[in-house]
Amino acid sequence: MNLRRDVFQAIADPTRRAILLLVASQSMTAGAIAAQFDTARPTVSKHLQILTECELLKQEQNGREIYYHLNPKNMKEIADFIEPFRQMWEERFDKLETIMKKYKS
Amino acid sequence: MEKKTKVTATDGQQDLTITRTFELQVELLFKAYVEADIVEQWMGTKVLKLESNKHGSYQFETTDPKGNKHRFNGSIHDVIPGKKIVRTFEMEGTPYGVQLEVYEFTALTPETSMLNMHVIYESVEKRDQLLQLPFAQGINMAHNRIQDLLQQLK
Repeated sequence: MNLRRDVFQAIADPTRRAILLLVASQSMTAGAIAAQFDTARPTVSKHLQILTECELLKQEQNGREIYYHLNPKNMKEIADFIEPFRQMWEERFDKLETIMKKYKS
Repeated sequence: MEKKTKVTATDGQQDLTITRTFELQVELLFKAYVEADIVEQWMGTKVLKLESNKHGSYQFETTDPKGNKHRFNGSIHDVIPGKKIVRTFEMEGTPYGVQLEVYEFTALTPETSMLNMHVIYESVEKRDQLLQLPFAQGINMAHNRIQDLLQQLK
């Protein structure tokens, strides 16, 4: 039986959150990701495996290298938790911006 | 559409950051935080008191649709014009405690600016409780207020 892992369990670990932040800006190979951490390479590989299993990361073959990149669909699941709070601020700031434009000299 | 407002709340930490870019000069963005009549307009609250200086304090009051009044207050620890505000924030009569808020204002270009809000809560639990409050009603109220304001501008 293949145990599908929970995305929130996956992001509970600080190293895994750091990995997600790293690949958020660009796709990276396992080697390039591991080079950013003091942790042993097999430990980083294990984290990559967990993130891939719960579909937060996707693997893509590019020549001889495997690149990891974010899976936006599942990252959204995490974002949804704070979305109402974010929207409240978005509305508030939109209002601030609209009002302050009137004060422009 | 790109989201202008970003909220970063790391799991298991008792703080969060809110960032937003504005099509406003940094001076105008800052002004929206220190002048009572302007705060009233965009926050949709009544400003009972706002002393925007070190050792100052503030108190706001909102009235919900049922006519109940809610008060918010805090102490102002630092005000650096156009750059920074450090203050506390408390919703009176609620169990959420006091939060420390650090506002940093940055000019991106002469016509655009960025606000970075760092909010530190008393505990991880209090932060997470606040994040899960039902905001939907507040959002709709804000929508209506925007429409009202835009109609006034016509």
